[in-house]
Amino acid sequence: MSTTDDDILAAAETWAREGRGVALATVVQTWGSAPRPVGSHLVIDAEGNFLGSVSGGCVEGAVVTEALEVIASGAARTLTFGVADETAWRVGLTCGGRIAVYVEPVS
Amino acid sequence: MKLADLAALNAEKAARRAAVLVTDTAAGETRLIRAAELAAAPLTGSALGMAAAEAIRTGRSGMAEIDGRALFLTAHVPPVRVVVTGAVHISQALQPMARQVGLDVTIIDPRTAFATPERFPGGTVLAEWPEAALPKVGLDVYTAFVALTHDPKIDDPGLIAALSARCFYIGALGSRKTHAARVARLKDKGFSDEAIGAIHAPVGIDIGAISPAEIAVSIVAEIIAALRMRGA
Repeated sequence: MSTTDDDILAAAETWAREGRGVALATVVQTWGSAPRPVGSHLVIDAEGNFLGSVSGGCVEGAVVTEALEVIASGAARTLTFGVADETAWRVGLTCGGRIAVYVEPVS
Repeated sequence: MKLADLAALNAEKAARRAAVLVTDTAAGETRLIRAAELAAAPLTGSALGMAAAEAIRTGRSGMAEIDGRALFLTAHVPPVRVVVTGAVHISQALQPMARQVGLDVTIIDPRTAFATPERFPGGTVLAEWPEAALPKVGLDVYTAFVALTHDPKIDDPGLIAALSARCFYIGALGSRKTHAARVARLKDKGFSDEAIGAIHAPVGIDIGAISPAEIAVSIVAEIIAALRMRGA
């Protein structure tokens, strides 16, 4: 059984209520072929635990790293990944698409 | 996002009510719009209200340019499910097939010889009359209802509940003759020609299905079409 959208948002709420630092990442735009549709979520806590996905496992590592900074700073940011981007290529969005991911703190 | 907004969103989802989360990604601000709020001022007729209503109708999230601001609208619509009267051979094929495409299926049949866990491994089957089971199951516009018993005593209460709840898909097994008699009974209950006309009968898309599993394929396909081709 895969994790549903409901499970991810429920986890975000539970984690935040437990006093953990929490960030929510959401796919806000996709271009070309993208592994997860717009609206897909990934929830991350300050320890780097995460649930859900914003790609087929290609950029989650980078999103988690950015999310830790978002939790620490309290400021939301938008990340873009794609083959035109050297960093993105390195973290491996190999499907050839581009995605924008909005990462926000839950507070 | 504020924890209060997230909690409110989760409460709407738990209650099977649609909602739209509006995020100003530049400003880092979020706002929750409940489906019920779209029916009244100030959202009705506003650009934001119309965009939110469209997101709920289609179930699609996306960016929208509203009043000069780039907003991201996340559509949260309840997961679609299927309720069936009749723990019959077709239902045995339909339940696992529908689960494969993400549709949870609840089967209702008061005949205890039919409604056994052994016949529906891993699925929900209620050995109760529809009048007793349906209030607990709670039909709504995100539910597909399928009547498969041929028996008016079991199917009719389900169809009446499904029509009243405005289920997005209603299908009923039976020949055209059986259905004509059914239509007459539902008219007597006060349902309009338009409402009754929306019942898919014979049930399922026409693929020449013969076996119970083939009929299940045609029903699942018809439900998906009703879901994905709304307004198309």
